[in-house]
Amino acid sequence: MELILVNIIDGLVTGLLLFMLSAGLTLIFSMMGVLNFAHASFYMLGAYFAYQISIALGFWMGLLIAPIIVGVLGAGVERYGLRRVHQYGHVPELIFTFGLALLIEELVQFIWGKNQMPFNIPEVLNYTAFSVAGNSIPAYKIFMIFISVGIFMGLLYVLTKTRVGMIIQAALSYPRTVESLGHNVPLIFMGVFGVGTALAGVAGVIAGPVLGTFPGMAFVLGSIVFVTIVIGGLGSLWGALVASLLIGWLTTFAKSYNLAMSDIFNAIGISTPENMDDNIFRDLWTVTSPQIADILPYILMVMILIFRPAGLLGKRES
Amino acid sequence: MKKFMKLSAVSALSLVIGASAAFAENIKIAFIDPLSGPFASTGTNGLHQFEFAVDHMVNDKGGVLGGTNMEIVAFDNKISPKESLIQLQVAIDQGIRYIAQGNSSGVANAITEAVNKHNRRNPDNRVLFLNYAAVDPALTNDKCNFWHFRFDANADIKMDALTDVMVAIDDMKKVYIIGQDYSFGKAVAAAAVKNLSAKRNDVEIVGNELHPIGKVKDFTPYSRKIIASGADAVITGNWGTDMVGLGKSLIESGYDGPIYTYYAAGSGITAALGESAKGRIRLISQGDINPIGSDEARATYTAFKAKHPDGNIDQSRIFNVIGMLAKAIEGAGTADDVVAVAGQLEGMEYDSMWGGKLFMRPQDHQIIQNMNVGVHTNEGIEFDYDNSGFGVLTESTVEMASMDSPTTCEMKRP
Repeated sequence: MELILVNIIDGLVTGLLLFMLSAGLTLIFSMMGVLNFAHASFYMLGAYFAYQISIALGFWMGLLIAPIIVGVLGAGVERYGLRRVHQYGHVPELIFTFGLALLIEELVQFIWGKNQMPFNIPEVLNYTAFSVAGNSIPAYKIFMIFISVGIFMGLLYVLTKTRVGMIIQAALSYPRTVESLGHNVPLIFMGVFGVGTALAGVAGVIAGPVLGTFPGMAFVLGSIVFVTIVIGGLGSLWGALVASLLIGWLTTFAKSYNLAMSDIFNAIGISTPENMDDNIFRDLWTVTSPQIADILPYILMVMILIFRPAGLLGKRES
Repeated sequence: MKKFMKLSAVSALSLVIGASAAFAENIKIAFIDPLSGPFASTGTNGLHQFEFAVDHMVNDKGGVLGGTNMEIVAFDNKISPKESLIQLQVAIDQGIRYIAQGNSSGVANAITEAVNKHNRRNPDNRVLFLNYAAVDPALTNDKCNFWHFRFDANADIKMDALTDVMVAIDDMKKVYIIGQDYSFGKAVAAAAVKNLSAKRNDVEIVGNELHPIGKVKDFTPYSRKIIASGADAVITGNWGTDMVGLGKSLIESGYDGPIYTYYAAGSGITAALGESAKGRIRLISQGDINPIGSDEARATYTAFKAKHPDGNIDQSRIFNVIGMLAKAIEGAGTADDVVAVAGQLEGMEYDSMWGGKLFMRPQDHQIIQNMNVGVHTNEGIEFDYDNSGFGVLTESTVEMASMDSPTTCEMKRP
């Protein structure tokens, strides 16, 4: 029972981290139709920049400066890279971001090497906030929750309550009309891209000390971010939040309980075959929930695409 | 400018040609391991140690066979068995006769099979497989062949030595086994279960599970499960980022027992674990680093640090591979006839500078050596890892571990 509470907190942390990545991506995707393969690479850059800054100026300056650098880099990529490639259509854009992801990974390895960096939790937060039945909840995780929730609130406020947000929302759906009204749509695109990548940078800074700062960190998160925005619905901030939390809890719970497939089958009335060796469903019978935890989001995505193609909270038909 | 470019291109080209002519007669060793992707750091550090060992132990001392140098040729296999076989073929096509590989037993299984097949079909250009780190016991049991030599203790030998140390702890009642989901992880788990139940039947194994290799983002859910099981000790064969992830998350989640590991040192792991893991992580390995095995080893390590300030000798057995190979080539009087070299390696006794005697068991080509159990700490460390101040201090040693262990190998000799 106590474990459920612990898992809810762990899943929340995972989910919110995923949200910070997918929030930026979903805005970029719906606005420009660009599948930004390099999005997770900006997350990695955030972690590495913060590590480098933290050596000289401490963790907090890293948290402040690194996302800004990442955001400026992202805006630069949009302004001088994507915008030029855009006129040739979606496939060149796709290839451009894909190449960028590879380039960033190689650059990171070139500069920092291939080892994991000793990027650690700041001393002030390196204690146990509270424990539940022997499971400690580190204060840093609580800090991660507050940062992510704060960013969500901030984004929501900007997008729904401010003039800038309204123009962005309008540009999402009717870019031509917004342009005719005299707004600088390319500037909006650049801004959204910059803010989106900066958010990924923030995620990198706060995830680096716990999930490890190493050249493969973009790779392990890369595809799951796309799954999140498809499940949540393109362009929907709430959708991204719901999908991220769903995936966070789904994978956390699947991993922390050893639920065997045979138990589920037995529960619905199918008995375990006596001779497992030559049974063609042997692998299906012996599989356990931690083993399939990482593919559960993909199964969910396929289901969503079949039954609700616009995503959980998406509005657009296309 | 254009002229300059042309000139430099020509001179670079002539340099390359000149260089390849000068090294034409080198004895080449193909190093096939991951140099990109999630496990790149482990592979690259291994490569540095190989390159250094070849220069320091052989080339700087006048080479073998009266002046022939050795050379390491690196191939990136991206830790994929399929890619490894392609790289193996490339290496063989380049006329390389010695193949060194170590990371992932899945890859080693593929290579040993391919080498066996190749040598059967092409008796004129046979190759030897020098396995320096892949520890799946099958490689020197059911899947053994004459061309494969293992310079690391296999998972069974390591677990035998590790559990010898573990069972001496009286208040250890519950053990959790966790590992990466592939042949090596399974071998570790099987060996742990077998050894623990044979040596201490009052110890309960409260968990035994495998997780996807190199794909787990966050180990927290696994740690929660381990803590909930009430385990007093954790055994894992994890390596690379999977080791750091598991170790850090276990400690942060409030687990307070020891973690027994195979590979929790070097390649950035020691620095990443740092202070929080002090005295908590133990690992089984060969070679005496702290305290150092000999003055020669101290000189070697110091020279290595001078060349690679950011590097570690975390796989001292790589130096044994080169030392034993050089000795075998000298003994055989040739580097081209790998059957003669293999014959020399079989049953070879070798005094390692890292302490102790090594014995290449002829019946299965498994090396027998002293095994150490050490602890991650910053006290009494002469040679730290990752320049972190932390290193591994030897706590206990099992001499000539598993010297008489059985093998199912039926070696077919040419």
